[in-house]
Amino acid sequence: MSLSQLLLTPFAGALLVLLVPGNYRVVHRFIALVTTAITALGAVSVFAAFQPGIAGMQFEEQAAWVPAAGFGFHLGVDGVNIGLVLMASLVAFAATCVSWDIEKQPKLFYILLLVMTGGALGAFLSLDLFFLYFFNELALVPTFIMMGVWGRGENRNYATFQITLYLTLGALIGLSGLALLYSQSGANTLDWVTLKAWLAEKPLSGHSQNLILPLLLVGFGTLVGLFPFHSWAAPGYAAAPSATAMMHAGVLKKVGLYVLLRVALPFCPAAMNHWATPLAVLAMGNVLYCGWVALRQRDLFLLLGNSSLAHMGFCFLGLAAANVIGVTGVVLIMVAHGLLAALSFGLAGHLTKVTGTSDIDKLGGLLKTLPFVGGALVMAFLAGCGVPGFANFPGELTVLFGAWKSFPIFVILAAWGGLLIGGVYMLRAIRDLLHGPLRDGSIQGGDAGPWRRVPFLVLLAALLYFGINPGSLSDRIAPSAERIALVKSISAPATVAATAHAAH
Amino acid sequence: MNYSLLSLEILVTLLGVTVLLADLWIPASARKLLGYAAATGAGVLLTYAIGSGAPADGTAFGGMFVVDALSNYFKGFFLLAALVVLLLTVDLSDTIKGYAEYCALILFATVGMLFAASANDFVLMFVALELITVTFFVLVSYDRTRSGSLEAGVKYLIMGALASAFMVFGIALIFGSAGTTNFYEIAAHQAELGKSPVFLIGLALTLVGLGFKVAAVPFQMWAPDVYQGAPPLTTAFLATGSKAAGFALLMRVAFSAVPEITAHWSRLILVIGVLTLLYGSLCAIPQRSVKRLMGYSSIANAGYLLLGMAAVSLSGSTAVLTYLGGYIFTVLAGFAVIAVISSRAGSDDVSVFAGLGQRSPILATGLTVSVVSLAGIPPMAGFFGKFLLLKAVANHAGTERFFLVALLAACVGVVISLYYYFNVIRSMFWPKSVPDLTPIAVGGATRLALVLSIVGVFYIGILPNSLVTGARQAAAGLAPQSAVAGHAAAASAPAAAHH
Repeated sequence: MSLSQLLLTPFAGALLVLLVPGNYRVVHRFIALVTTAITALGAVSVFAAFQPGIAGMQFEEQAAWVPAAGFGFHLGVDGVNIGLVLMASLVAFAATCVSWDIEKQPKLFYILLLVMTGGALGAFLSLDLFFLYFFNELALVPTFIMMGVWGRGENRNYATFQITLYLTLGALIGLSGLALLYSQSGANTLDWVTLKAWLAEKPLSGHSQNLILPLLLVGFGTLVGLFPFHSWAAPGYAAAPSATAMMHAGVLKKVGLYVLLRVALPFCPAAMNHWATPLAVLAMGNVLYCGWVALRQRDLFLLLGNSSLAHMGFCFLGLAAANVIGVTGVVLIMVAHGLLAALSFGLAGHLTKVTGTSDIDKLGGLLKTLPFVGGALVMAFLAGCGVPGFANFPGELTVLFGAWKSFPIFVILAAWGGLLIGGVYMLRAIRDLLHGPLRDGSIQGGDAGPWRRVPFLVLLAALLYFGINPGSLSDRIAPSAERIALVKSISAPATVAATAHAAH
Repeated sequence: MNYSLLSLEILVTLLGVTVLLADLWIPASARKLLGYAAATGAGVLLTYAIGSGAPADGTAFGGMFVVDALSNYFKGFFLLAALVVLLLTVDLSDTIKGYAEYCALILFATVGMLFAASANDFVLMFVALELITVTFFVLVSYDRTRSGSLEAGVKYLIMGALASAFMVFGIALIFGSAGTTNFYEIAAHQAELGKSPVFLIGLALTLVGLGFKVAAVPFQMWAPDVYQGAPPLTTAFLATGSKAAGFALLMRVAFSAVPEITAHWSRLILVIGVLTLLYGSLCAIPQRSVKRLMGYSSIANAGYLLLGMAAVSLSGSTAVLTYLGGYIFTVLAGFAVIAVISSRAGSDDVSVFAGLGQRSPILATGLTVSVVSLAGIPPMAGFFGKFLLLKAVANHAGTERFFLVALLAACVGVVISLYYYFNVIRSMFWPKSVPDLTPIAVGGATRLALVLSIVGVFYIGILPNSLVTGARQAAAGLAPQSAVAGHAAAASAPAAAHH
């Protein structure tokens, strides 16, 4: 499957759903499921066909679009985005699967979900930064509408409003940064490959870099939930329907990080050096502050939202380290966390649907009545604490190794924050939710049936596969990471053991 | 003299006169035919104007009247706006008293706009503007049994007269100091004229007059009242044709007549632009009347366009022209829906739009597309236009802090605008109270006008290349390149400004 076919599939699905009359609910769902399944299989085939060890772009496709303004349509994958594309399409399939409970205006829901999927894939696949931004916006708007219409909880209008304003402002500030990049580079294009070659010859002046980087960091940082621009995230995810929370926390949030990796690191190296320490401090804000906030949450979604922000702290730390190991680690975490966030929000959504509440104090002993969902939740929580065997472990470890040289204190803090605080709230959640006496008897439905297990099994399988075999990802990432990282002295190791060796 | 240069103006005038005369012989029951005829005529002229019929570049009346890429670019959009508005009148013809005259006035205002696009002289500019303004006095107060319409008409009359007075005074001072009113001749002597305070005062007063026309702060106060009070189709034409004509003249004066002075005043234009867009966005927040909301939104949009002008560069002018092209389609789609709903419900409060998603999917689609495009969301026309504008401003943001501040202010304005635009969408699809859900029948002509506008919004948003190319040619013909380059060197702007 070519990249453009991969990108067009969800949009074609959305068009197909649009053409089916409103009262054929089953057909809408069927089309959405088939479309996302095809997309996921296509992404797997692209991932398998991708040649590890090559740093440049593969499967490139190009078309002129607005030559007068210097914009073109350019798709391609390298190590940095190949894993993200695979993750995005798997999460999209899972998100479609868990949407069985949507009864209000299902047609519009599936159209929006498919547009969101296409937008997310487009953002990761586009090498022209204009289209990257374009597709990101295209995916964000359905997020807001889905939250407003199918959201849950009393707080949902406020949360929708907050997330809309935060993310739009963040995106626009980021766009200003990209527009400045366009004008300051003088390359008359936003095509990443062309820009990279151009700026290798004529790097941006220090003044320009110091102008562009803060805009990118604040703008795209807000999209990821960088401390202190994170307050939209937890309430937003608590109010969003499961599929939206999965897609946003898992996939769309990573677009901001992806832009920072692609643009901020290679194009503003001097400014990045200058801003590395402040960025690392803010990353600690994510790991420690958001982790601490998560400690106090008694609502399952707020807990997951804050823990997801804490994980983003590791990504920012790796970004601040800016070396090959750090960058490889960031991409590993992005993929792993995407799968994990989707799994946890999907399971939490299922739990809430079945029990009617997401208040941890009202739940308990669920492992007995919901053995599958409970078991999967235990695994998700353990993956979130960084237990080896899940994909998050190699990612976080790699970041910590990468950051050791520049920020030893922060690494110690992050290790404590990530492992200790994370361990405490995750284990406590497991204890309160799954063990102990069954409370209230508020269970209305049973465990997930065989069909409903599919999305969770897919995500868990991917988490375990990349956890046990991280080399399949890092072999693909490392050569490309070398092209964008600032510190290139350490050759890219493929395995964690080699990473440990190199860091000493 | 080569009269073929004026062929469009002559033909549209003839069309207007024909409509007026035909009314004498056509029975009242068949007056819809007049609307169809006028719209068909406008459509034929539109295809003629953008097709092979466009006259070659040249000047007439001793250089007063010019035909170039810019004039042809604008004329296409003026005829398009007239076509869509005339189509929209057809299904509402029963509610308009004096229908033939209404159509004819729309056509006469169009003639004024066509002349404005070609005006290359302060005198012709004034005449063209008066032709537009005077016909709009009548069009705004056309619904003469409704006090709101009359009130709007009086306000527009007083404000318009005031603006004209400023402009005439300014033109007199310009003529007094320069000895000519021709743009090219003034451009040739602008180095000396730039030192003459009388000339500068005259120019400033002329710009005040144009500022009224495009509703820029601090000359914006008429817009919300007039937009709200006027019949909706008049508002539609006011928001598209009249505003675009104002910008056509503003660009010609700024970049053809006095490019060097404009370059010196670029910060002033920038500040006015920022104030205009923030004022429009902030005041739109509490509005309940959708027409009034569109009035404030039109002020905010004038602000964005002024930012593009303040960039004083080819990319800035290209962005302004591209944005205007998309804006015209966007606003027409929105007003088509507002016209149908408000003439039916007798009100344009946001609550009468409640449940529109179920009452009439095509109307709901039209208003949604319009509002989403105005909010600058892909893949609509508004997104690409805003992107180009931001890019043009960003070109200078590296060297001038003013532009960086303007860039961030524009971002804030866009975010604010999301709030009020989405209020309209929420009311359409997810109303708070259960509204009247009787389906609304939409006539064929309205349907055609809506489809035309919606397709335009998507076409420009997804395949903007042809529009951008046209806008770039128009902007390139307008700006004396050497003068702009001179500014760039003077203000130490980056060379990238000309890309």
